Amino acid sequence: MPDQIQTHTLSVLVDNEPGVLARVIGLFSGRGYNIESLTVAEIDAARRLSRITLVTSGTPMVIEQIKAQLDRLVPVHAVRDLTTEGPHVAREMALIKVVGSGDKRVESLRIADIFRARAVDSTIESFVFEMTGSPEKIDAFVNLMRPLGLVDVSRTGIVAISRGAKGI
Amino acid sequence: MTTVTRPPATAAELTGAEVILKALADQGVEVIFGYPGGAVLPIYDALFKSNYVRHILVRHEQAAVHAAEGYARSTGKVGVVLVTSGPGATNAVTGLTDALMDSVPIVCLTGQVPTHLIGNDAFQEADTTGITRPCTKHNYLVKDAGILARTIHEAFHVARSGRPGPVVVDLPKDIQLAKAPYVGPEAIEHRTYRPRRAPDLQAVEQAVELIAKAKRPLFYCGGGVVNSGPRAAELLTEFVRLTGYPVTLTLMGLGSVPASDPLFLGMVGMHGTYESNLAMHGCDVMINIGARFDDRVTGKLAAFSPGSKKIHVDIDPSSINKNVRVDLPVVGDAGETLAAMIAAWKKKKLKVDRAALAEWWDQIKAWQARDCLRYKGSTTVIKPQYALQRLHALTKDLDPYITTEVGQHQMWAAQFLKFERPYHWMTSGGLGTMGYGLPAAIGAQIAHPGRLCIDVAGEASILMNIQEMSTAVQYRLPVKVFILNNQWMGMVRQWQELSHGGRYSESYTEALPDFVKLADAFGGVGFRITKPSDVDGVIKEMIKVEKPVIVDCCVDQKENCFPMIPSGAAHNEMLLGPDDRASQTTSEEGMVLV
Ligand SMILES: Cc1cc2nc3c(=O)[nH]c(=O)nc-3n(C[C@H](O)[C@H](O)[C@H](O)COP(=O)(O)OP(=O)(O)OC[C@H]3O[C@@H](n4cnc5c(N)ncnc54)[C@H](O)[C@@H]3O)c2cc1C
Ligand SMILES: Cc1ncc(C[n+]2csc(CCOP(=O)(O)OP(=O)(O)O)c2C)c(N)n1
Ligand SMILES: [Mg+2]
Repeated sequence: MPDQIQTHTLSVLVDNEPGVLARVIGLFSGRGYNIESLTVAEIDAARRLSRITLVTSGTPMVIEQIKAQLDRLVPVHAVRDLTTEGPHVAREMALIKVVGSGDKRVESLRIADIFRARAVDSTIESFVFEMTGSPEKIDAFVNLMRPLGLVDVSRTGIVAISRGAKGI
Repeated sequence: MTTVTRPPATAAELTGAEVILKALADQGVEVIFGYPGGAVLPIYDALFKSNYVRHILVRHEQAAVHAAEGYARSTGKVGVVLVTSGPGATNAVTGLTDALMDSVPIVCLTGQVPTHLIGNDAFQEADTTGITRPCTKHNYLVKDAGILARTIHEAFHVARSGRPGPVVVDLPKDIQLAKAPYVGPEAIEHRTYRPRRAPDLQAVEQAVELIAKAKRPLFYCGGGVVNSGPRAAELLTEFVRLTGYPVTLTLMGLGSVPASDPLFLGMVGMHGTYESNLAMHGCDVMINIGARFDDRVTGKLAAFSPGSKKIHVDIDPSSINKNVRVDLPVVGDAGETLAAMIAAWKKKKLKVDRAALAEWWDQIKAWQARDCLRYKGSTTVIKPQYALQRLHALTKDLDPYITTEVGQHQMWAAQFLKFERPYHWMTSGGLGTMGYGLPAAIGAQIAHPGRLCIDVAGEASILMNIQEMSTAVQYRLPVKVFILNNQWMGMVRQWQELSHGGRYSESYTEALPDFVKLADAFGGVGFRITKPSDVDGVIKEMIKVEKPVIVDCCVDQKENCFPMIPSGAAHNEMLLGPDDRASQTTSEEGMVLV
């Protein structure tokens, strides 16, 4: 179906220079594209390179436009569509603060264990859990924590990389 | 002749301002359009001490950019602008957006408050790179004098290569005053920006095979051919003649094939010819070279050229499949691709389908017989079309440079002035900026001294940059402003008539200046024409005057511009004249479109 909305994960290699993120975000807001998730960090200090991982959605024609428009930005080195270029690994990290006592506190710890979330901070009345996984897994964990005293969530958004030996 | 003084050769002695001027000189810049202010005083000081770049003092920064556009579009060179921080930069924004939409190569240098004050709401501070990010191809804020020279060279490279566009370099005042090293333009190899020029030869071969097999072919070409340079227009004309196929051009592409060539069907699109639009609708192979399927051209997308295979040659991959899905994209420069297409055509000894082509031309000739540009003449009032026909007849041997403002007059100019070669037609197509024409004519006149430069204007548009008459007078630029004065924002009135029940809300100008006196007040010469019989005489007089001229040509106030495809309609739903109007009104779907 040509008009069907698809979700794509894009990797964008950019020069780490002032304003580069504003260019990317401005492109999305200016042209009305969706950003479902965006992460950015420097990955090579010597070559001043940053990598942006973007999750976006649109019709196939819009996805093609997004890639062409990103590629047109002067400080962009490469744009890769991980969704079409074969299998890839996508992960998100979250920090989740839960406050409670008694059974609820024990239950939160038990569920965290099942989800392989680690307590990275604890007080008598609170935990901060760290977990990594697919966004769906984090959603599930957060939902389970809600009745158990969830107070705060901080998520990174998705980072992704292709499977296999080939680099970007 | 004045002697040319170059800045000192030893790099260590230069200030940032001197580095900027040296970089401009090494880029071959001969003229810049600008307006001074506190944040660019060091550059103006360096300008004062040197005379190897000519500075044209405009009267408004918007006009500086339009003048640079006129200069660029009539020469193929980069137009250069210099403005101060804050209001200087914000005034330039309309011009920059105009240049972005029409792919015009501009480098705009803006002053900025000193680096240590950036972000403090300092006097005349504006976030220039923030404001201009969406209206430039790229922009720079130079915070380190060490990379100043390189940045200027890079700005020129980005502006002129690939799909051309405006580039802003924001220059804090302390950087202009600091000592700065100089490097030449030779060493610029960009890390990431390397636009592709050469087409994929396999795609070219597929394209020519498809072109040869066509039964109802049409070339649809645009501004990209102009951007590519005069050679591309020659190659296009050669290829079109080689095939004998019909060709239509966009507003931005006019002049890419000679208007006098029998293969040329006239302009396409909303106010294009009947034959062009019906050929677009009915063709089986469309060969798009350097045009971007703009909504003024496609009309209703769902009904756009439903039966054709589409080839699209464009240097910018983002232009491809943006509005219209094409069958055969070719990413590359128009000129290089045309050369490759001609070579492939000859190598493969391809032949067109003569019988089918003859039938197609018969059909086209039947459409042409409708004579879609005809209008009711008059001996008492001046018809705008008549005035332009006379302007064309009386100036064509002088090969004039024509600019326009925006409105009905612009469309009539596109229909009735015939362009034989590129670089002679400058109009604001993508943004449709009223106020473009006079400064653009000034830019063209600077580039082509002694040649005839005419701004075909409307009385409303011209008032948007009328102050530039003063610039024209200062530099003794004999630009001619030819106003088709209908006292209305004619284009607005036409739309109100067609889609808003004739409720003419605010489209009549109750008070207008006396344009003849206005010309006089600026130090130019004014003429008024009110009778058809006086048109020729005044045009001849206008050509003779070696000063800036305003001609106030008082035309029929009620005339509308036809043919017209109402917004939201398809090519085969064209209105041919005022009598067509009653039977069709704009659809609800079309009402929301501009
Ligand atoms: C009141 C009004 C009415 C209008 N009515 C019409 C109308 O009836 N008909 C009409 O045609 N227009 C009309 N326009 C203009 C319209 O809005 C567009 O500006 C115009 O159609 C675009 O022209 P183009 O497709 O040639 O593209 P341009 O804007 O000129 O873009 C050039 C294209 O070529 C590509 N390119 C650039 N350099 C190269 C190169 N070296 N090699 C290959 N490709 C290159 C670019 O990437 C781009 O895709 C109107 C404008 C106004 C203000
Ligand atoms: C800066 C700007 N403001 C508004 C418009 C909208 N607009 C398009 S045409 C037009 C009327 C132009 O009137 P005039 O210059 O007299 O030309 P005419 O159509 O009468 O030939 C207007 C207001 C525009 N194109 N540009
Ligand atoms: Mg008018």
